Amino acid sequence: MTGAAQGGKAPSLAARRERTSLGVKLLNAPYLLWSVIFIVVPILMVVFYAFSETASYYAISFSAGGQEYSCELPAGEGEEALTLEEAKEKAAERYGVALSEAEFTRATLEIRSGGFTLENLRQVWSPSSRHAMLLSFLYSFAATAISLVIAYPFAYVLSRSGAKSQRIQMLLIMLPMWMNMLVRTYSWQQILENNGIINKVFAFFGLGQATMLGTPGAVILGMVYNYLPYMILPIYTVMSKIDVSLLEAADDLGCNGFQKLCRLILPLSVPGVISGLIMVFVPSISTFYISQKMSNGMIKLVGDLIESKIKDQWGSGGLNVGAAMSLVLMVIILVCTFVMNRFSDEDGGGMVV
Amino acid sequence: MKAFGRIVTFLVYFFLYAPLLVMIFFSFNAGKSTSVFSGFSLRWYRELFSGGGVLMEAMRNSLLLAVLSAVIATLIGTVAAIGLYRLKKGFLSGAILTVNNIPLMNPDIVTGVSMMLLFVFAAGVFGAVNATNFYTLLISHVTFNIPYVILNVLPKLRQSDPALYEAALDLGCTPQKAFFKVTMPQITSGILAGMLMAFTLSFDDFVISYYTSGNDFVTLPVYIYSLVKKTVKPNIYALYSIILVAILALLIVYNAILSRSDTKKEGK
Repeated sequence: MTGAAQGGKAPSLAARRERTSLGVKLLNAPYLLWSVIFIVVPILMVVFYAFSETASYYAISFSAGGQEYSCELPAGEGEEALTLEEAKEKAAERYGVALSEAEFTRATLEIRSGGFTLENLRQVWSPSSRHAMLLSFLYSFAATAISLVIAYPFAYVLSRSGAKSQRIQMLLIMLPMWMNMLVRTYSWQQILENNGIINKVFAFFGLGQATMLGTPGAVILGMVYNYLPYMILPIYTVMSKIDVSLLEAADDLGCNGFQKLCRLILPLSVPGVISGLIMVFVPSISTFYISQKMSNGMIKLVGDLIESKIKDQWGSGGLNVGAAMSLVLMVIILVCTFVMNRFSDEDGGGMVV
Repeated sequence: MKAFGRIVTFLVYFFLYAPLLVMIFFSFNAGKSTSVFSGFSLRWYRELFSGGGVLMEAMRNSLLLAVLSAVIATLIGTVAAIGLYRLKKGFLSGAILTVNNIPLMNPDIVTGVSMMLLFVFAAGVFGAVNATNFYTLLISHVTFNIPYVILNVLPKLRQSDPALYEAALDLGCTPQKAFFKVTMPQITSGILAGMLMAFTLSFDDFVISYYTSGNDFVTLPVYIYSLVKKTVKPNIYALYSIILVAILALLIVYNAILSRSDTKKEGK
């Protein structure tokens, strides 16, 4: 120890690195293990389920007249779903045996999974699901664009206000974000309803009733409302880092307001804008409760399809189709994020929140 | 220009706060409706404080889950951040950081579905009857909370002065003592901020909980989602009005921590 210390700082540092390397491994081990099991493996599970088939079926065996019969009947789904009794009846019918004569030795609902299939992905490309994907894309694109138009001037004004005002305003922007989205969306539902507040105001001024819930506008409003802060915060972060002396220099050199915006503020705020675009687009395109509540279930987006596939058709392949849709959604978002990040600096802007 | 800025600012705040004002207003409704106001009353608040039934049970569940998952995530996340900080930049540290980013980048629904599939698969392998229960819910919350803890602690470590730690060792501290006496105080604000963020994220999460919770443990957002329009009563608005005040207090504390660490830095 003394020898190393006398030899200068570098060797002692290196010696310490050497000694701590086992400790460093031990420090990294828990999260490495955790993230492999609960982050990496679940993603692989999505791929696995997306490409494998699951079918629920009734395994039925019975004997009649000294002969053994056994068969498998697909359980069906939705309105065509069979009950166990119906399945028994069908099985008997298939072999021309009267139900009363059949003695059932086995009648169970079973789920088979495993085999490789592209059927799930084919379902993702079905007309209804393609329509939902197109709508999700359009609505979330609109919501992102509107958020940008609102957030940009707002963030600029905010970044140029006094330090104390900025601090308080940050609080005010983050406060609604930490209220539950479901509750805020319910509240919007009440505001936009046919006998909601807006229509009451309309009625007061003698205007007719406007149906707002169920329109694309209501869904987009829900998205903008919920995710606007995610656009404001990163743009504000980069804008507040713009050196005031740069703006002053631009003034001194005779720039007018428009030139200042185009040549100075816009280019400098690109990283924040990119983060904002991603942070609004990703949750918008994948939402299901905003579309569900703001359209009373009339407008189905990708998220709604995933949700309903998994919930309503659990045993009959819905899980696999849901996984396939999630996989496609994940890939779309990965590509979009990658493309958008190409426009940004290496730094990628400020990841706030 | 100034007037334009003021108008935009006003409109944004009006937009952000309109539904919250509606919520607070109807929390004082004497009737059962959340859209027809039939007189001022404190009945929903009284009902909350006198037990509140299923709603308050869901609320207690959510609080318990948020505290547990925030504490566990803070422990694992802080250790991971220190490990990452000490790790030489290379394949392993790059890989860990990339994986750490996955829950941040992925939409909630994909995270939720992917974890649910893992639990369904595991239940199939181990022959469990219910794929999801309280523990799967807790695991999923810890998983999506850890990245936020790391994101809060790692920058603090990178900002801290390694020479101070080295000096402590030179002055005869054991590595453990040097860590707790020297490094720890420099990253405490990051740890607290990460824990607070984890708590609020967990308390608020709906989508991931929706997929990874079982019937044995229903959180507040999952309970609210299960209500249909006719059964939404002002008691939810009353509860969230109280939560609004609590969060406001929390944000003020959070800001105080941040500004205190800022002034400390400036003081140096």
